[in-house]
Amino acid sequence: MKELLMGNEAIAVGALAAGVKVVAGYPGTPSSEVLETIAKRNPGGVHVEWSVNEKAGAEVAAGAAYAGARSMVTMKQMGLNVAADPVMCVNYVGIRGGMVIYVADDPGPISSQTEQDTRHFGKYAHIPVFDCDTPEQAFQAVQDAFEFSEANGTPVILRATTRVCHSCADIEVPEIKNPPECEGFVKDSKWVIFPRLSHQAKLKIFAREAELADAFSEYLTDTRDSYKGLGGNALEGNGSVGIACGGISYAYVKEAIAGHEEDFTVLKIATPYPFPASLARQFLMGVDKVLVFEELDPYIEDALIYEYGNISLDIDDFILGKRTGTVPAGGELSAGLVSKIIDEVAGTNLSIECCEYDDIPDLPVRPPVLCAGCPHRGSFYAVKVAVAEEQKAAKEGKNGADFTQAIYCGDIGCYTLGNAAPLDMVDTCLCMGAGITVAQGLGHADGRTVNFAFTGDSTFFASGITGTVNAVYNQSDMILCILDNSTTAMTGHQPHPGMGITMMGERVEPVDIGKVLEGIGVKSIRTVDPLNLRESVDAVRAAIHEKGVRAIIFKSPCIAIVSHGAPWQVGEACVGCMRCVNEIGCPALIPHEENGKKQVKIDTGLCVGCGLCAQVCPVGCIGGKSDD
Amino acid sequence: MTDQKVKSCLLCGVGGQGTVLASRIIAAAAMEKGLRARTAETIGMAQRGGSVVSHVRIGEEIPSPMIPRGKADILIGFEPGEAAANLSYLKEGGTLILCDREVKPVTAALGQSGYDGSEAVQYLKSKVGKCCVIDVDHIFAECGTPKVLNVAVVGALCASGEMDLTIEEVDRALELKMKPKLIDINKKALRMGAECIK
Repeated sequence: MKELLMGNEAIAVGALAAGVKVVAGYPGTPSSEVLETIAKRNPGGVHVEWSVNEKAGAEVAAGAAYAGARSMVTMKQMGLNVAADPVMCVNYVGIRGGMVIYVADDPGPISSQTEQDTRHFGKYAHIPVFDCDTPEQAFQAVQDAFEFSEANGTPVILRATTRVCHSCADIEVPEIKNPPECEGFVKDSKWVIFPRLSHQAKLKIFAREAELADAFSEYLTDTRDSYKGLGGNALEGNGSVGIACGGISYAYVKEAIAGHEEDFTVLKIATPYPFPASLARQFLMGVDKVLVFEELDPYIEDALIYEYGNISLDIDDFILGKRTGTVPAGGELSAGLVSKIIDEVAGTNLSIECCEYDDIPDLPVRPPVLCAGCPHRGSFYAVKVAVAEEQKAAKEGKNGADFTQAIYCGDIGCYTLGNAAPLDMVDTCLCMGAGITVAQGLGHADGRTVNFAFTGDSTFFASGITGTVNAVYNQSDMILCILDNSTTAMTGHQPHPGMGITMMGERVEPVDIGKVLEGIGVKSIRTVDPLNLRESVDAVRAAIHEKGVRAIIFKSPCIAIVSHGAPWQVGEACVGCMRCVNEIGCPALIPHEENGKKQVKIDTGLCVGCGLCAQVCPVGCIGGKSDD
Repeated sequence: MTDQKVKSCLLCGVGGQGTVLASRIIAAAAMEKGLRARTAETIGMAQRGGSVVSHVRIGEEIPSPMIPRGKADILIGFEPGEAAANLSYLKEGGTLILCDREVKPVTAALGQSGYDGSEAVQYLKSKVGKCCVIDVDHIFAECGTPKVLNVAVVGALCASGEMDLTIEEVDRALELKMKPKLIDINKKALRMGAECIK
């Protein structure tokens, strides 16, 4: 049935037709009607939420896309600045279900502070951008964007401007069905952003961009049949005057040259990034002059100037750098590397580095780990044990909680190191505060899992509070674990609002995390000592059996800011079972063998006497000094 | 680039061994005698038991804080495996100061990676002519704490002559950088380190 749809409504209907399952957003003109329309036409199986802000929305959408659902986050261009943290990171991590970031730009500006142009942001973030020029084209473009996102494992920005968002057209609306069940989250180290992984991702993204630019040169408008071919770029006519345009300006150009089409060649850019270079070159070589019409920044104009330079100057052999593959696309440079590249290009003999060895014996793999005695180890281990006990109880029919899997969403801080073996307790990590909101997205995509979010005390204050408000407001089902070690440990023990001291040295009233949670409306709040294993495990098990937003505050100070206890000792009764080593992986626990007897000893230089290992030991042979 | 004018020292080890303080002390000693200094250190998450590297360069004109491979006058390895991993930084004929006590990573305790520090020590001795092994156990026993190791290696650095720094110049840096109650014990460690190179 044909309906008169506003551009934003057409995008909403297109997203529903594409099977979107989780939609989050924050209102802002001219973007808001997309989310409202999806809510209004929801066939029942789509989770739609106004998130507490754009950052939270983007993280909820990312979590859902990790689980394999198609997801969308909507915002205006100013909101993209708020969401910049997760948006910049999520492309490095990648996604499984298609993820569309819808951003409405506002030329004029009509109802914004600035004329910010999202096409630059896509380029900056290395995220492909689809542009919209009419409601019917936008209806198709959003569907193409989902396909493209899923096929390439990358989030995609869909951009429209006010006159497309708020103009209407008659559109044949398809029957909207419920989205398919999503496959669910599959654990993999790729979901945890780490510098090493990011380096590889950067190289992959950079290499992919050239391929995408070629693909976009062949992603062309085809108007012969229904909406299917409407989304793409276009090169029309063969007149000597070239006109390049994109978005609503394409409509203005069409109207202006109506009846004189034979004098013009029109290039419409529907995929501003990666720029369809070969299509643009074909256009440039066939015309005498080029006029560029676009609102906001001269984005297409600059891209054409670049391509024109490429043609006339044969720039590929003239300006050498990352684009030509001469300089590495990612990673650090060094004086040695610079001299080597200069030698290759200029035929000089500068090379300043020598002394490479290729016969070095096997070296240790030494990933960073939580310090000996770090209370985070106890927190992670308690959650791990609690989940295992629940699964065992369920299997044995002893009132165990019913869930398919437990997912552990990490965050930025020392506790990201909880991902290392043997804890293996960080399944996702994206950006500051995202653990709390990614957990919500995972839950909305697949309600059969139990989702934990781990955040530190300083991170909670920095960007966890909004995500927690979002969870309470949008009826999420999750367990928030706050690892409160009374400092900002990772960056060097800076004070934060919970500590009662400022950088001016003033004593102030500490902001109480428990009261903040209470104030937000979290009904279930427990505070435990993570170095007391049984107490912590019982608290986690009780929380697993509840519904809604539950919080557990694991409170114990960072070992770097308190005086250490005497190191503990392993008694002669040690049977060498290695349970302590294999379960908690404390660096102070050292396996050793003497006279053919395998035992564990404690490195007294590292042990701070936290006592966690003694609670894991099955024969009770580890003790503190006083127990000897 | 005139190598004589810039002296470079690479320190490597495991987070927590004190490489950052050692590089700051070397830089402070150089600045005390009117030289310029640049350093670059591993800070942050990698410090938590991970591999760490500090570059220290002193002289009159220092183009970059990062030492190119094969350009370090002296390599200080706080741990044998880490020293082997960074051997390519040491210039031909340069000095290696080596603490031969291995630090097993958690991955080794878990059986995920095999690692034998003595193999790395043998390898380094076979490759480097000027290799000075620090008597770690003796220094720990005499000073009563492992926390002076980073100053002991600076003593060996002075004795090697590679950086043109004297024990007395480092003494002044210690007085500037350390809490008063720690100065004496560190001066002792400095001298014990220097003795290792004789």
